Amino acid sequence: MSKILIIAEHDGSILNSSTAKTVACAATIEGAEIDIAVLASTAGPVAAQAAELESVTRVLILERPENEQAIAAILAPQIAALAGGYSHIFGPSTTFGKDLMPHVAALLSVNQVSDIMAVESSHTFKRPIYAGSAVATVEAPGDSVVVGTVRIASYGAANGGNSAAIESADVSADLPSHTRILEVQSGVSDRPDLQTAAKVVAGGRALGSEEGFDLIYRLADKLAAGVGASRAAVDAGYVPNEMQIGQTGKIIAPDLYIAIGISGAIQHITGIKDAGTIVAINKDEEAPIFEIADIGLVSDLFNTLPELIEAL
Amino acid sequence: MQKILVGLKRVVDYNVRVRVKSDGSGVETDGVKMSINPFDEIALEEALRIKESGQAAEVIVISVGTGDAQQQLRTGLAMGADRAILVESEGSVGSLGIARIFKSIIDRDSIDLVLLGKQAIDDDNSQTGQMLAAIWGRPQATFASQVEWNGDKAKVTREVDAGLEITEVDLPAVVTVDLRLNEPRYVKLPDIMKAKKKPLETIAMADLGVDPGPEIKELSFEPPAERERGVMVDDVAGLVAALKDKGLA
Ligand SMILES: Cc1cc2nc3c(=O)[nH]c(=O)nc-3n(C[C@H](O)[C@H](O)[C@H](O)COP(=O)(O)OP(=O)(O)OC[C@H]3O[C@@H](n4cnc5c(N)ncnc54)[C@H](O)[C@@H]3O)c2cc1C
Repeated sequence: MSKILIIAEHDGSILNSSTAKTVACAATIEGAEIDIAVLASTAGPVAAQAAELESVTRVLILERPENEQAIAAILAPQIAALAGGYSHIFGPSTTFGKDLMPHVAALLSVNQVSDIMAVESSHTFKRPIYAGSAVATVEAPGDSVVVGTVRIASYGAANGGNSAAIESADVSADLPSHTRILEVQSGVSDRPDLQTAAKVVAGGRALGSEEGFDLIYRLADKLAAGVGASRAAVDAGYVPNEMQIGQTGKIIAPDLYIAIGISGAIQHITGIKDAGTIVAINKDEEAPIFEIADIGLVSDLFNTLPELIEAL
Repeated sequence: MQKILVGLKRVVDYNVRVRVKSDGSGVETDGVKMSINPFDEIALEEALRIKESGQAAEVIVISVGTGDAQQQLRTGLAMGADRAILVESEGSVGSLGIARIFKSIIDRDSIDLVLLGKQAIDDDNSQTGQMLAAIWGRPQATFASQVEWNGDKAKVTREVDAGLEITEVDLPAVVTVDLRLNEPRYVKLPDIMKAKKKPLETIAMADLGVDPGPEIKELSFEPPAERERGVMVDDVAGLVAALKDKGLA
C-alpha cells in the first residue's frame, strides 16, 4: 500500500487548484492512502477546502507564524520531519512546488521525480524531457521515499464533496531566519486565471508593443478567456512574466487555446500541447504553429483581430 | 564576497530538434551540437558582472560529466571565469549527487556564493540548486530575474506564478537564475586563446568520496503524443464558423 503525503499550495486563505490536481495524480496510484499537509500561520480555511477533496483521508495542519509565507528553507524541514511512514511525498510542479520539493528531497537524501505526467505503478512514472520532445519512463528506488512533483496540466482537479478528518500535526524542526520575503508584486486582473481558464488567448512578438497587446485583451474579454504570451512578448515588456507560457513559463491545458502572432517554437508548444483545440493566427503560412493547430488562419493579425472581436 | 561557483552543464543545444532513438534507449545525441545549458550561461554572466563590479575576487566554473564537458568549461573560461573544475564521471549522476559534489567543492574551496541555472534544458528537472541549499543549510533564491548584491545580503527578484516575489537572503546563498536576468556576452577569439592557459582541474568522481545517493532509473524513452495538423480557414467568418462548430464560440 502507498501512503502519500501531498503538500498543499495556498495563499493563506484559498487552496490553489494545483493541489486538487496533485491529489488526482496521487489517486491513480493503486491502493493510495492520501493525506494533505497544510503549512500556514492560520491553516483553518485552507484545511477545510483540502478536506473536501475526494480520495483524501486526513488533512494535517502545521501552524506556525513562520509559515505565513512559503519559504522553502522554512517549510522543508517541517515536511521532512513529517515524512516518516509515508511512501510518497508529492507537490505540484508550479513555482511553489518546484522551489520547495527538491529541498525536501535533499533533506530526505533522495532524488526527485519532477513533472509526473502519468503513473505507471507506485514507483514508475512518465515525465517529459527536452521541452516535451521526449517522454521518459523512470523508476524510483523501491526502498526509499518517493518525492515528486506533478505536472498539473496532465490532470483534472479531484472532485469535492469529501469530509476528511482534520488533525494538528506536531513536528519539531529548527527553522532558519536567513531568508525573508519582502514583497510580492502580482498583476491584479479580473480575467480568468491562466492556469485554470477554460479558454486562453495568447499573443507573441508580433503584437509589437504593450498597446498592441490590447487587441489580445479585447478578444479575451469577448471569449471570457485568460491571457497568455510567448517569451518574446514578455522579454519585450509587452506583458508581465506571469503570463509566459512554455518550457520555462506556465504549462496549460485549456479547452481552447488561440495563438496570435506566435511562431510556435518548441519551448512554447510544450506549454500548450494538452489544450483541447488549438487555433493559430499568423501571417506566415510556414510558421511551425500551424503544424499542431486544429484551426489555422493565415492573415495579418492587425486586420483580423478587430474583425474577429466584432464577429464574436 | 571572495569566490563564486557557477555550474555549467553540457546539454544538447536548444536549437536542435531532439529525437528519440528508434529503440527507445535514449535520445539521439550522435553528431548533435552540444552547448552550455542556456540558464547556466546566464548564471556565469551574472557572476562575471559581480566580479567586474569589484564585489568578488574569483569566478570558478564546474561541470560534472565525461571529458567532453571540458569544451563547455573552456567556453566558460573564455567568457571570463578564472578557473574550471571538471568532476569526471562516466555514468549520469542525479541532481542529489551533483548537489553533493558541489557541496564538497564549496567546503574545499571556501565558496561564498553559488550561481546555477534554474533548470537544465535536457532533463528539465529544476532541482540541483534547491538540493544544494538544503544540504549546505544556506538560503536559496530560485528563478531570479534581477539581483541586487549588498555586501552580506542579496535582494533577489524571483519570477513566480503569481508575478514577482522580492526576497532578501543572507550570504552565502544559492541563487538559480531565470532567462530575463541578463544577456550573456559573446566570446571573442582572443579570449578563446587566453582561456587555453587558464587552469582546468580534473577530479575523478570517486576521489571526491561523494555518495550520489539512490538514483532514479531511466527505463525507456518514447516520442510524445503527436497532434495532427488540422484545417485551415480562409477568413474570419470561416474561423468563427469552425469555433461555433466545436461549441467554442
Ligand atoms: C532555454 C529557453 C527557454 C525558452 N522558454 C520559452 C517559454 O517558456 N515560452 C516561450 O514562448 N518561448 C520560450 N523560449 C523562446 C522560444 O524559443 C521563441 O524564441 C519564442 O517562443 C518566440 O516567441 P514568438 O513566437 O512570440 O516570436 P517569433 O518567433 O518572433 O514569432 C513571431 C510570429 O509572429 C508572426 N507575425 C509577425 N507579424 C504578424 C502579423 N502582423 N500578423 C500575424 N502574424 C504575424 C510571424 O510570422 C512569426 O511567426 C525559450 C527559449 C530558450 C532558449
